Amino acid sequence: MWIVIGIAAVKTLVVIAMVMGLAGTLGWIERKGSAYIQDRVGANRASVFGIAAAGLVNTIMADPLKFLTKEDVIPTGVDRLLHTLAPCVSLFPVLVAFAAIPFGDVLQVGGRDINLQAVSLNVGILFILAMLSLGVYGIVLGGWASNNRFSLLGGIRGSAQMISYEIGMGLSLVAMVMTFGTLDLQEMVRAQGHLIGGVLPAWGIIYQPLAFLIFLTAGIAESKRAPFDLPEAESELVAGYFTEYSGVKYLMYFMSDFIEIAVVAALVTTLFFGGWQIPYLLRDGFHFPWGTVALLPQAVVAVLQIVAFLLKVVFFCWVQVLIRWTLPRLRYDQLMAFGWKGLLPISLVNVLATAVVVLLLQASA
Amino acid sequence: MNPGLFCILAVLLVASALSVILQPSPIRSALSLVVTLFLLAVTFLLLDAQLIAALQVIVYAGAIVVLFLFVIMLLNLQEEPRVMARFGTQCAAVLLGSLFLLALVRFAVAPLRPPASAATAGMAAAVPPGFGSVATLANLLFTHFLLAFEITSVLLLVAIVGAVVLAKRRLV
Repeated sequence: MWIVIGIAAVKTLVVIAMVMGLAGTLGWIERKGSAYIQDRVGANRASVFGIAAAGLVNTIMADPLKFLTKEDVIPTGVDRLLHTLAPCVSLFPVLVAFAAIPFGDVLQVGGRDINLQAVSLNVGILFILAMLSLGVYGIVLGGWASNNRFSLLGGIRGSAQMISYEIGMGLSLVAMVMTFGTLDLQEMVRAQGHLIGGVLPAWGIIYQPLAFLIFLTAGIAESKRAPFDLPEAESELVAGYFTEYSGVKYLMYFMSDFIEIAVVAALVTTLFFGGWQIPYLLRDGFHFPWGTVALLPQAVVAVLQIVAFLLKVVFFCWVQVLIRWTLPRLRYDQLMAFGWKGLLPISLVNVLATAVVVLLLQASA
Repeated sequence: MNPGLFCILAVLLVASALSVILQPSPIRSALSLVVTLFLLAVTFLLLDAQLIAALQVIVYAGAIVVLFLFVIMLLNLQEEPRVMARFGTQCAAVLLGSLFLLALVRFAVAPLRPPASAATAGMAAAVPPGFGSVATLANLLFTHFLLAFEITSVLLLVAIVGAVVLAKRRLV
């Protein structure tokens, strides 16, 4: 009994540490990414004892400290409760969403199989969708409770945008659910473990390349980043829905943005790029298609899988940073037209095509 | 389901539901509705209905109430002044409300029909394996309740077409 509770607590702690670490690191990655795109050195004054890469530590420590010690300004004439609640509502769902994402297979400790996933849910992917759909309240409330026209416009834009792109995102996930025949994310990752023709790893992207593009696009729109950053468009709306926020509350919005990027990256990894799978690595070691077998102890395999998962997630975070600093912002009508007249029909066609193929395969089997 | 947990949830649920109708500010009212729906989802979760809980949050809390909020913000609704209804209306409301409460209490405390067999008596029995899972629900939905399911989907389609027609008419 106590051991089970202890294991659950440790897993939760690991996931939270992972998410917070990723979010902190992303602040640094974003600065470096923007510098890279704009052809400058970037973030080079934050070195520790002359070591530039140690600026990462500096960013993780100094930024939160700065925000924590800043004055928390609450504008006059606002609903104080809602103004304080909004950033919390924004941060909570994205933090919780990570719980259902598997970061490794099973770890055997003392004859006990530990499933490397904070919560094993029968409806894992729906749980994440539900949590992501709750994130919109943070934006709507922040926009409403700030007593500021720019904030209100940002809030209204944000709610319309997130609801519109959730549909495309959900439909691309429907196609994935049909492909794997399960809603459980751990099962989905396990299904990506076998090989096509003995060589090619059966990752989701090979079955559903279109769903991958739809999901990534909708995911970037959900995390409100360029080219879909209309809710916070700084050249029109100052900072959109979080214009009137400072100090810790601003930090919470900042964090939820970065965690959302990490959630999208983790979902892309889990659904389309094999999650914690490493090609040819089975539970007892590497089995290469040319016949070489390299056996490894179970703990090493588990660690390798966790590292592979993290590397893939960081890679897709990097892709999102590059997209953000490459593409210009859409116009509002373009954004809506793209969501409803572009993504929605394409994803519907994708679902239909997937259904036909799945039925044909079942009939032939 | 743990009775203690249920009691805490029930108190919170009723409190947030009361808050929906008692708040003077429309936006706080809508937010209380979100809390109510979320707590309802938690109740479903404790009753081993994971799928219903997830759908409850996605559909109601995540989409429908957001649209409510959207409309409230667009119309810029302010706090409603409290207006007392006329005496006759108040009396009618109290009468109907107490009748409904009576019916509810009667149904809850003493079931209208005594349990006919041991099967219906075993309400508190352990849930069967796979209860509330996606597969079980889908099997029932697409076999036993297929007709109702299809009729509902046609109904929704009619509603969507109707909404489009109504929205388009102004442009012509």
